[in-house]
Amino acid sequence: MPRPTEVPTMSELPAGVERHTFDGTDRLATRGEPVYGEPTDGEWRAWNPNRSKLGAMLELEMDTGVTGGETALYLGAASGTTVSHVADFAGPTYAVEFAARPARDLLDAAESRPRLFPLLKDARTPETYAHVVESDVDVIVQDVATRGQARVALENRRFLADDGRLLLAVKARSEDVTREPAAVFADVREELSEGYEILETERLEAYHADHLGIVARPR
Amino acid sequence: MNTTDGWFADIDRDDPDAMATAVREGSADEPRDWPALAVEAGFADDEDDYYDAVREATTAATRAAVTERERADDRQLVHAVRAMDDCSRTANELAERLAEWAGTIDPEAGTGVAYARELARGEPDDALEEPAVRSLAERVADLADEADDLREFIQRQTPAVAPNLAALADPVLAARLISLAGGLEDLAKKPSGTIQVLGAEDALFAHLRGHAPSPKHGIIYTHDAVRGTHPENRGSAARAVAGKLAIAARVDHYSGELKPELEAELAERIETIQARNAGDSDDAAANGGADDE
Repeated sequence: MPRPTEVPTMSELPAGVERHTFDGTDRLATRGEPVYGEPTDGEWRAWNPNRSKLGAMLELEMDTGVTGGETALYLGAASGTTVSHVADFAGPTYAVEFAARPARDLLDAAESRPRLFPLLKDARTPETYAHVVESDVDVIVQDVATRGQARVALENRRFLADDGRLLLAVKARSEDVTREPAAVFADVREELSEGYEILETERLEAYHADHLGIVARPR
Repeated sequence: MNTTDGWFADIDRDDPDAMATAVREGSADEPRDWPALAVEAGFADDEDDYYDAVREATTAATRAAVTERERADDRQLVHAVRAMDDCSRTANELAERLAEWAGTIDPEAGTGVAYARELARGEPDDALEEPAVRSLAERVADLADEADDLREFIQRQTPAVAPNLAALADPVLAARLISLAGGLEDLAKKPSGTIQVLGAEDALFAHLRGHAPSPKHGIIYTHDAVRGTHPENRGSAARAVAGKLAIAARVDHYSGELKPELEAELAERIETIQARNAGDSDDAAANGGADDE
């Protein structure tokens, strides 16, 4: 059947992510054990876009290219808020976190998720986990609050399949608190272009102040 | 294991400790298709079996690393400092509430933690008859005691964790700096300019945004060498103290040996700075107290 080309196709949610109604409001949800006290509806649990940059990117209908079941590398997993949702709809999920305290909570989130692999490693030094994380992962999700966020994405490009996707949330204040976020984002975009083709960007303002969501693929 | 091998190379599948250690300590230049290679090498029966092993190994490795990092002595100090501050803040807040309440019953009621302690001791000639008020006073006194105990713990522990910092600053100040930086290693990696303003973040960011002067000192204000220096020269004193503390933190983290000369050097420098004021106080007042650079 011929498909009308003019009609913009609304980007679809990955399989395993659905809209469910919690307390009368329509919210994103995945299937899994609750992690951070989020409301549940049967086996579905709400995905709070205010606490998750990836949740915000999906809520803003960015075209992530993720369909569900992917092998994923998550950089900056923190307490596991977002990565637990990713593990709910993706395949094997490697979760890298640098700080010990949040990693303790990440271990709890991993408890009920047999394909979530926690790693207490520094995302700036991929050699320290390249012996564990496999090559050609389908998607890298990055949410690290450190200076040099574009550098981290470039360093970790080695894990990504040629047709894979980088889903990046850039925090302007981590790069430089004194500069205009727009100027910081421009620099990050330029540096990122060394190794990635940027497909889509969107300010996450509605959910996260001074953050930019980026969808990119390896160049 | 060389740098082209996966974590499972030469590892016995039935040895969980070895698996966890390989995840923690191994490395590789580039990732490879580990699931396929592991099956090929006979480490796992199939992909599913491999992922079960990865999960087991990464979980054990991360748990061990988290425990190790969190039990490190400087982490204990960080918790102790924060607990001490929470206890004394809460004791003070409750003491205020207590004074409000007690004042309605006994016009002679005092204020503060000292009064709470007095009430808790329950002197017989006390006009106060209300048991609920006395019970609250006991709670306040207990919290204040807890804060004191924590302070003693910090004073005892800091010299073991950071001998040079504890010698150069008061042990509680040393522990506070470690707490603000997030750990001894983090403090050791900070430039002295950052250490100088630790604890003055609000003022620092106001300055960086461009509508305030730069802060001269953060928590190191409580150091005798800073507080004991005339306000005109406090910026210089703070800079000197922060410089030596930065060196002390690095020595403590990387070598752990006590270097008494640091203390002598700081004392000498502070003496020079403080002498400045005695000699040319008119001069210093005239240039508006600007720092000496």
